Amino acid sequence: MVAHLLRLKLTLLRNGLKRSVWQIVGLVVLSLYALGGLAAATAGLVALSLAGPDLVRTVLVLTGSLVVLGWWIVPLVAFGIDSTLDPSRFVTFAIPRRSLLTGLAASGLIGIPGVVTTLLVLAAALTWWRHPVALLVSVPLVPVALATCVVGSRASTTLLAPLMARRRYREVAAGVMILPFMLLGPILNAVMAGVAAGKDVLPALAATAGWTPMGAVWAVPADVVAGRWGTAAARALVAVATLTLLVVVWDGALGRALVTATTAGHGRGGGHGRAGGHGRGLGAFGRFPGTPVGAVAARSLTYWRRDPRYAKALVAVPLIPVVMLVSGGGSRGGMLLAAGPLVALVLGWSISADVAYDGTAFWTHVATPLDGRSDRAGRLIAAAMIGVPTVIALVIASGALAGRWDALPALLGVSLGLLLTAYGGASVVSARVVYPVAKPEDNPFTSQQGGSMAAVVSQLLGWGAVLGLSLPELVLGVVAAGIHSVVLGVVALVVGLGCGTVVAVLGVRIGGRALDSGAPDLLARMVSFG
Amino acid sequence: MAPDPVRSHTAPSDTGAPPALALRGLWKRFGQKIAVSGVDLDVPVGSFFGLVGPNGAGKTTALSMSTGLLRPDYGQVWVHGQDLWADPPRVKAMLGVLPDGVRLFDRLTGLQLITYSGLLRGMDREVVAGRAVDLLEALDLTADAGTLVIDYSAGMTKKIALACALVHAPRLLVLDEPFEAVDPVSAANIREILARYVGDGGGTVIVSSHVMDLVQRMCDHVAVIAAGHVLAAGTVDQVRGDASLEERFVELVGGRTSGEGLAWLHTS
Repeated sequence: MVAHLLRLKLTLLRNGLKRSVWQIVGLVVLSLYALGGLAAATAGLVALSLAGPDLVRTVLVLTGSLVVLGWWIVPLVAFGIDSTLDPSRFVTFAIPRRSLLTGLAASGLIGIPGVVTTLLVLAAALTWWRHPVALLVSVPLVPVALATCVVGSRASTTLLAPLMARRRYREVAAGVMILPFMLLGPILNAVMAGVAAGKDVLPALAATAGWTPMGAVWAVPADVVAGRWGTAAARALVAVATLTLLVVVWDGALGRALVTATTAGHGRGGGHGRAGGHGRGLGAFGRFPGTPVGAVAARSLTYWRRDPRYAKALVAVPLIPVVMLVSGGGSRGGMLLAAGPLVALVLGWSISADVAYDGTAFWTHVATPLDGRSDRAGRLIAAAMIGVPTVIALVIASGALAGRWDALPALLGVSLGLLLTAYGGASVVSARVVYPVAKPEDNPFTSQQGGSMAAVVSQLLGWGAVLGLSLPELVLGVVAAGIHSVVLGVVALVVGLGCGTVVAVLGVRIGGRALDSGAPDLLARMVSFG
Repeated sequence: MAPDPVRSHTAPSDTGAPPALALRGLWKRFGQKIAVSGVDLDVPVGSFFGLVGPNGAGKTTALSMSTGLLRPDYGQVWVHGQDLWADPPRVKAMLGVLPDGVRLFDRLTGLQLITYSGLLRGMDREVVAGRAVDLLEALDLTADAGTLVIDYSAGMTKKIALACALVHAPRLLVLDEPFEAVDPVSAANIREILARYVGDGGGTVIVSSHVMDLVQRMCDHVAVIAAGHVLAAGTVDQVRGDASLEERFVELVGGRTSGEGLAWLHTS
């Protein structure tokens, strides 16, 4: 049975690769990265094996704990990554639970993360080659460490699966997870500074981590080397107890999952109670004019609030100024002033995938006599209701922080000009090009295979066109800010608003005409994406 | 703008007016597969028309091309005597559509989705509001009016989509698998609504379905479509003759296997 499950996993992997060449390319690229990482890590471990046992212990325990923690936590936030052998799919098969348990655990090691971890754990065990006794202990601990990783990840996902099936939770988790990614640079800087400052703390930290469920298994050989057999035995006990507990938890959760099929994807449980919050009445539809344009705007605005993919664009907004501030070395100079225009560009371009985000629901527009211009205008108005106030507030805030009130008109001109121009450009692009995007209920990090060349080219051309069309206010604004000229700044503001409005209106018209003639073809493409 | 007087195998409508829907030489190819190959079909005004066919027969493709959602490779679609693909907005105003296998704007509540459909078609907000309440009531969705459509069950989703197709009181209603996943009580309600819409309102309904019994009981006209061709069309009685519709369907489509190969399935 275990062999069956392993074969199933391999078959699924192979068939996935058969579906498209790009999957193979992706796997090859990923493997190359993994090989590179593996080589570097192995080299590091070889070098480490020549160092004293204390350093070896500190490094192995700390990195090992991180690896285990990664296995436990990452699947929770990136749930879409590997559900090929989702336990709920085996509900209808009468497989003995023990076989299923072992088979699923073993299959967890198939795939790049599993292979890399296996090799790394082996290499880590062999780091003790200069201490034969420790080696004797560390090699049998290899399967324990691996099992702790794999069973732990299975236990955490199976245990939380009913919760994960709830839409609201997945959206919140995905939203929260974006933050560290966006702030990766500053966080790394801070961590590096922390490590440099607190080098002496690390051994103590490792000693503590060595008693935790994540770290115990890594600390045993070091204790053996030091001759602390009692401590070693205690830590080995912690490691084995951890694994036992994980198996029990997983076994129990699996047992429950196998009798109550969770309907992943449809979180009815979370639906009814929560709907009272903002689900009552007509919402935005009651506040906008009762026209087709008003309806499209109301629908779009509702989606800006309820669809996590739009929220993803908004999450970036407060972070851009922070990143600019940090990368400007905390100085309140030019970098900070660039935050406003940058946010304007990002927010303005955010509607370039609007039709792609609708997906096949776009048929609602195709089936009605709605003209393309109303569609474009409605979406632009909704986006502008969020974008314009945000950009104005951000520009004023960054100007105030930088102490550059004189540059305010110029900055406003550049930012609003970029925003409106980007809206216009995006209105044309999204009416001509659709490409596969994550579905609203997917993890927003799930990247879609098969994003065509046309999609990439259209995005690049679009950005180029937006920047080109904004050149008048860009040049005027930069000069005005540079020479501290308020008058020139006001000129930039007028030019920016003027040019931006013209481009936005043109974008609505051109995009509208493209929709009038090509909406069924866009829909047909999105249906073919599935 | 009368439709091309090509003689089709459908009986001409009694009234003499152009048919509610007339398909002429409709073709559609997806890659290597020809989904619809030269379909001619007349749907008389005021008929309750069933479109039946095996899986992959081209029903959804044909209906998508008939409602402006999918551009045909060749051929014409006439709705009440007007060429759909020559002037889509004008014709689409007459159509109510329930497609199969596509998403809805499911982050809206049921009430919002109906309102959206009405407003998109340029209806007055007060009228939409009144009709939305009626539709929710008739389809037993009033209690879930404030629930997001994404949290609806499959049957409820079908019903809310039907409400969206009805809200502007179209002259021609095109429903692709409207009864799939719908519970028997709701299905009976829907059948009654549709029957009254055809009988009293003078509307025309086209439904596609796999369920022959349902079509035989509910529809007055039927077309059998398989492998992209119309195999038979006419009134239900014309098509089925002496047999039941299901027997006639199997006879036309073929492909029945005896099931004798599964002897091992008969546990003793």
